[in-house]
Amino acid sequence: MDADVLVVGAGPAGLTAAAELRRLGVRRVLVADRETVPGGIPRHSQHTGYGLRDLHRILSGPAYARVLADTATRAGADLRAACTVTDLRAGGDGLSAVLTSAAGIEEVRPAAVLLATGCRERPRAARLVPGDRPAGVLTTGELQQRVYLAGERLAGRALVVGAEHVSFSAAVTLAHAGARVIALVTDQPRHQSYAAFRLGAALRWRVPVWTSTAVTRVTGTDGRLSAVDLAGVEGGPIRTVACEWLVFTGDWIPDHVLARTACVPLDHGTLGPAIDTGMVTSAPGVFAAGNLVHAAETADVAALSGRHAARQIASYLAGPPGQAPSPVPVVAEPPLRWISPNAVGAGGVLPPLGRFTLRAAEFRPRARLEARQDGRLLARSRPLRLIPGRPLHLRAAWVTSVNPGGGPVRIGVGRPSVA
Amino acid sequence: MSWDVAIIGGGVVGTAIARELAGYQVRSVLLEAADDVGTGTSKANTAILHTGFDATPGTLESRLVARGSTLLREYAERAGIAVERTGALLVAWTPEQAGRLDAIAVKSRENGYTRLRSVSVAEVYEREPNLGPGAAGGLWIPDEWVIDPWSVSLAYATEAVRAGVDLRLRTRVTGVSVLPDKAGFELAVSPGADPVRCRFAVNAAGLASDEVDRMFSGGGFTIRPRKGELIVYDKLARALLSSIILPVPTARTKGVVIAPTVFGNVLLGPTAEDVADRSDRSTSAAGLSALLADGRRILPGLEREEVTATYAGLRAATEHADYQLGVYGQYVRVAGIRSTGLTASLGIAEHVAGLLGEAGLPLKPRTDVSPGEGTWAAPPRMPYLGDAGTRPYQDAARIAADPAYGVIACHCERVTRGEIRDALASEIPPGGLDGLRRRTRAMNGRCQAFYCGAAVSAQLTRALSRNEGRDGR
Repeated sequence: MDADVLVVGAGPAGLTAAAELRRLGVRRVLVADRETVPGGIPRHSQHTGYGLRDLHRILSGPAYARVLADTATRAGADLRAACTVTDLRAGGDGLSAVLTSAAGIEEVRPAAVLLATGCRERPRAARLVPGDRPAGVLTTGELQQRVYLAGERLAGRALVVGAEHVSFSAAVTLAHAGARVIALVTDQPRHQSYAAFRLGAALRWRVPVWTSTAVTRVTGTDGRLSAVDLAGVEGGPIRTVACEWLVFTGDWIPDHVLARTACVPLDHGTLGPAIDTGMVTSAPGVFAAGNLVHAAETADVAALSGRHAARQIASYLAGPPGQAPSPVPVVAEPPLRWISPNAVGAGGVLPPLGRFTLRAAEFRPRARLEARQDGRLLARSRPLRLIPGRPLHLRAAWVTSVNPGGGPVRIGVGRPSVA
Repeated sequence: MSWDVAIIGGGVVGTAIARELAGYQVRSVLLEAADDVGTGTSKANTAILHTGFDATPGTLESRLVARGSTLLREYAERAGIAVERTGALLVAWTPEQAGRLDAIAVKSRENGYTRLRSVSVAEVYEREPNLGPGAAGGLWIPDEWVIDPWSVSLAYATEAVRAGVDLRLRTRVTGVSVLPDKAGFELAVSPGADPVRCRFAVNAAGLASDEVDRMFSGGGFTIRPRKGELIVYDKLARALLSSIILPVPTARTKGVVIAPTVFGNVLLGPTAEDVADRSDRSTSAAGLSALLADGRRILPGLEREEVTATYAGLRAATEHADYQLGVYGQYVRVAGIRSTGLTASLGIAEHVAGLLGEAGLPLKPRTDVSPGEGTWAAPPRMPYLGDAGTRPYQDAARIAADPAYGVIACHCERVTRGEIRDALASEIPPGGLDGLRRRTRAMNGRCQAFYCGAAVSAQLTRALSRNEGRDGR
């Protein structure tokens, strides 16, 4: 089977890209999603706030997912759910992918591939939290599906690990399902969400945030979670808290498995495929967008990243064949953890939304981000608050002044002014 | 009702004995306290199919590991249980350790294993280029393989049940009375079932085998559980190595191993810690960080890979160096199998049948079960869970015949809805999520149920309530 573009993943980025590709006149756009219903994470995020930047209206997650899927289908994209891309080859003789579904095993040879496989939360085991292995230990993703898709009720007490936006969302889901949320626990010195969320949680559900606190042990009784040990990150006494549910939130990791098995090089910071501002990976014809390249931004930002990628793919398909000049790497330096995209593409193309996305490794009250190439200052941001896990952005107008033959652009934090 | 033989304990050893006896005109009952077979020591191990090269020569363990190893290789092939012929590279990391390699080679020959050979430092790195620096020598043991450990107990139990063995799960033996006139025993069981009468009893109770032994007025050994913590790395780490990496063993333990798994992951462990609590399968911060340090040293690339799971197992060790295996009247004790039970299981089962025969149990081969080679019924064909062969989602003909094999439910492990459905409808269906994980690998992958947990749990709940409805009628 042939396709001009194969989009892997029907979340906000993939669906928006598919609709845009069709709008731009790309004929055969095939979207494969391994879940039985398209829409990605918003399918099971019942809260509102979706669609602000891309659709200019506000919807619940499931409604937003339906709108995006309908839009892609109406635009003429071939949308296949319960269809897994089980193999991807990006070798010398073009691209080829294997699609597995109830219809069988099909090979697709597209002219371009957009990887939009999103991200997930690191589960308890990946965080090396010791103890027993009882039932009742979840991630937000599993929690939301159990509550909102499978309609489960969860009785008992719950602890939420993390204090990012998603952690508050998990607390809301737990409360909705009937559990009593005892606290949010974070090893950070303060919460990482908006003050309004924090205040809302404190007032409405009386949920405290226990900061600088780590989960040091999980205890089960007869296969069910019964208690969790907590300790200060600097040491101190261990406190045992009885609870029936423990939800690990945030700590995102891109779903990069298909990229890695196709030997598409990853960025060591984002752990998604390394891409330039044109969303192109190091493998010819393979593009990446959404939370696969910046885990995790809000759904509308992922959607706009998909739209941007679609435009780049359309011009790639229309353009003459040949090797594009090498992009100039963009490197995040401590205390910054990563930056996305990871390079400035040929012709100084701007990244999605005209900005780079970054994450900080530490809290800083006022920091100016600086972009330098070979010691030359390209840009300096206004003072920003650095909060680990919370999106940080840098306007990208400076990409046009990057020297294509120069060294990597280094993004760091300027020294605080003496005043 | 009175049974010829009651086997206490449905781990890999107990199920192997049940399967062995099912080949004779013997009526057996298999009593297991947990809700599934293979949930004790058999559940959490390194999944290595040993050769026995490093056993203590002259012991019963040495003999039964060697015999069991041969038998299990054939059995796994016939039952379709995933095996990978990885071989093992035993690496010395200091000159002192290198000096002990010759003695290990001598011991191997005494154990009857002759295909071991020494390899140069250059060959060590040729075979495993991602090993950390500092190797001082090595041995190559081509017949140390890795196997799917969970399907083994399940295959034995399935074969036994098909041949008429009565498998009773959630049945704990709580007391033993000796019947007069050598009529055998009456076993009290909980919860609340009728006692089980048997002429012969086999104690294969693993971690509880000393408690059961005392009920038979035995003694002379105590289970001293030795905990082993392990870390499972993401499948993306599998490319870092091609064989099992063994250390030079110490008097106390075989040491920390890095091994591929047949599922395509990389296993790091186990630690070895004597513990008092027989139910304590918890991991510890100290244990995990010790493993991480070993991993960093032996295979530095592991540090950049994600961890998929951590777990701990308990070896049913005793104060004795060898198996505690013998017949006492009509009672057979099969204890202290430590960490070699998986490999030795079929050898132990054969040996135990022999002991029962000597003790007066008539061993007439069955003629009514399809006789293959010797006395056996054909082993059941187990669902193939390995990464190296063809899984259902990769099998176009199978999907064409049954589209449920094309719908992947667990994405990390690529488990299809058809496989989950089959497991739920099998002879020995899972009693819960853990049993379903062992039978299909669903939810055992890197996301640990982030994507599929809700859907798979719902499929299980539906099946369990259907089964209950059926039992109730």
